[in-house]
Amino acid sequence: MRKALLAATAASLLAAAPAAAQQKTVKIGFISTFSGPVAAIGNDMRNSFELALDHMGRKMGGLPVEVIYEDDGFKPEVGKQKTEKLIESDKVDFITGYIWSNVLLASVKPALDSKTFLISANAGPHQLAGEGCSPFFFSTSWQNDQTPQAMGLYMNQKGVKTVFLIGPNYAAGKDMLAGVASTFKGKVIGQELTKWPDQLDFSAELAKAKDAKPDAIFVFYPGAAGAQFLNQYVQSGLKGQIPLYTAFTIDELTLPRQKDTALGVPGAQQWVNDLPNETNKKFVSDYRKKHPGLSPTFYGAQSYDSANLIASAVAATKGNLSDKAAVQKAMEKADFKSVRGNFKYGNNHFPIQNFYLQEAVKDQEGNFALKTVATIVENDQDRFHDKCPMK
Amino acid sequence: MTLFIEQCLNGLQFGLLLFLLAAGLTLVFGIMDLVNLAHGSLYMLGAYFAATFAAWTGSFVLGAVLALGATLLVGMAIEIIAMRRLYGRDHLDHVLATFGLILFFDELVRLIWGPSGMSLPLPSWLNTSVRVLPGIDYSAYKLSIIIVSLAVVVFLYFLVMRTRIGMLIRAGASNREMVGALGVNIKLLFTLVFGLGAALAGLAGLMQAPILTVQIGMGENILILAFVITVIGGIGSIRGAFVAAILVGLIDTLGRAYFTDLLRLVFTKETAATAAPALSSMLIYLLMAIVLVIKPEGLFSASGK
Repeated sequence: MRKALLAATAASLLAAAPAAAQQKTVKIGFISTFSGPVAAIGNDMRNSFELALDHMGRKMGGLPVEVIYEDDGFKPEVGKQKTEKLIESDKVDFITGYIWSNVLLASVKPALDSKTFLISANAGPHQLAGEGCSPFFFSTSWQNDQTPQAMGLYMNQKGVKTVFLIGPNYAAGKDMLAGVASTFKGKVIGQELTKWPDQLDFSAELAKAKDAKPDAIFVFYPGAAGAQFLNQYVQSGLKGQIPLYTAFTIDELTLPRQKDTALGVPGAQQWVNDLPNETNKKFVSDYRKKHPGLSPTFYGAQSYDSANLIASAVAATKGNLSDKAAVQKAMEKADFKSVRGNFKYGNNHFPIQNFYLQEAVKDQEGNFALKTVATIVENDQDRFHDKCPMK
Repeated sequence: MTLFIEQCLNGLQFGLLLFLLAAGLTLVFGIMDLVNLAHGSLYMLGAYFAATFAAWTGSFVLGAVLALGATLLVGMAIEIIAMRRLYGRDHLDHVLATFGLILFFDELVRLIWGPSGMSLPLPSWLNTSVRVLPGIDYSAYKLSIIIVSLAVVVFLYFLVMRTRIGMLIRAGASNREMVGALGVNIKLLFTLVFGLGAALAGLAGLMQAPILTVQIGMGENILILAFVITVIGGIGSIRGAFVAAILVGLIDTLGRAYFTDLLRLVFTKETAATAAPALSSMLIYLLMAIVLVIKPEGLFSASGK
């Protein structure tokens, strides 16, 4: 109680003296999934965020950093509660994380209403890229449609004429399927949405896809569901018959369980662990050193970038985080070394960036890894940015 | 037509798998009057055991057999250590205690096997598709699940209908007190029944493992379906569980397969695609509601209450 009083007094003193309005710590809230079947993703994001803090000496612009991690339990309503808690009782300066688009969409309002900067380190629902864009929202990932759009372009290159789409029935699933359909020049001859996240048996959908006889199947299943889908795709005898194209279905966390089923299945990604820039090399090798047996995923890479984006804004404003306009301006510059190679922000605060073709490979010792095969599209900007009123 | 047959096979496979889970649940519920929410944990343990033993022995079948034995033992141990203290107490106590067991097992699995889950790779002879009818290729593994489950159904039928233990099980389901009064070692019977239920749940879990991968909490969603089946089929009735499981399996799969197309006749394509997965997953609960209205005791009620 006494401490709280002291802090309150200090805060009011600081507020009274704007010239000395430098705060003592940078408070960051981090929401991700740390329990249940997809806890591995949340752990990877936390590991990467912590690694970024290690790399910057656990200081941003000379100020110490405090991170409060909260578990959304994979549920939108819990994510919203935790967001409100971080804003109202912890009074964080920045809030980041967010794997799931439905969790983010539920949580975004309290953050933006209170003018707390929210940096999504994964989810990129189209609602926040178009009319719903906000000066206080930034992404260090992508707009959901972009990655599958790149996959659609790649399918055009491969001469695919007809495709069958399968994905989960929630905000991101619908964005992904719409994204691939927007760039794919052939015909979408069928589309199945499955109940998310509790439907894990895709036999009915795979049977329909098989019956429709498409040239290819496109699929989006993030997290553990990606391993489940690939298993069932192989067991239903479709492998070798109808090729599979994916987005966010194969990553470093699912690959150890997908093993051979992932070989020869292409995916699109804005970051792959072997991208040849110095920041990325340091990130990947230090991550592996700190967490033996683990490899960072794109979720982690985006969280690493999120920490650096926040740090760049804290440094540029010299820790004066109450000047929201200055913080926003600083973040818009994206003035930090991203692990994906440097990028620019579009008017809606989504990155304009390259997308790569990624494939799983197996080395002589039988270990699996992901590698970049080609660049599918350069400096891609999402297709909703012109609907965003910010200029 | 071939698509319809394939979807029916999918439904049958799912239904049989649900039966394995529901059979144990309904036996324990019916005979021991025990609400066991931790049944899903046994399903999960079966999968984890199978993945571990298969990796040790290098054989899928051997791993599965060992896992079956291990879940049986774990089930009997749970009965002796924990469940015995719950008989004769309020159902709310059962729910609380077995919910605690769920948390316990989830955490135990996290400590032993880690949080990221495991995979149980299939041997190559199961990882293909076979021609079941002209023009219909079906997953060899799913077909083998159907065969194994049907064999278990036959085994259970003989066990329950033709053996002395089965007679006691049936008697226990219809009048528990009387069986005890007649001098039957009810303690041993309960341990055996619980172990049998655990082994069946473990079998379901290990057979699902290659399809769904092995992860913490995998038994929790499917347990809800198993409870629905026990309610539809009538508590304590194996026959009821069988009929209800097949019904639920078929309704769930065919609903997912055809509901979108049905809705498309009425709504726009977009609305249909979004609403159908949500609505079709409600069909099962609709069935349960209808059964409860018409036959509140379930389709085949075992108890003579």
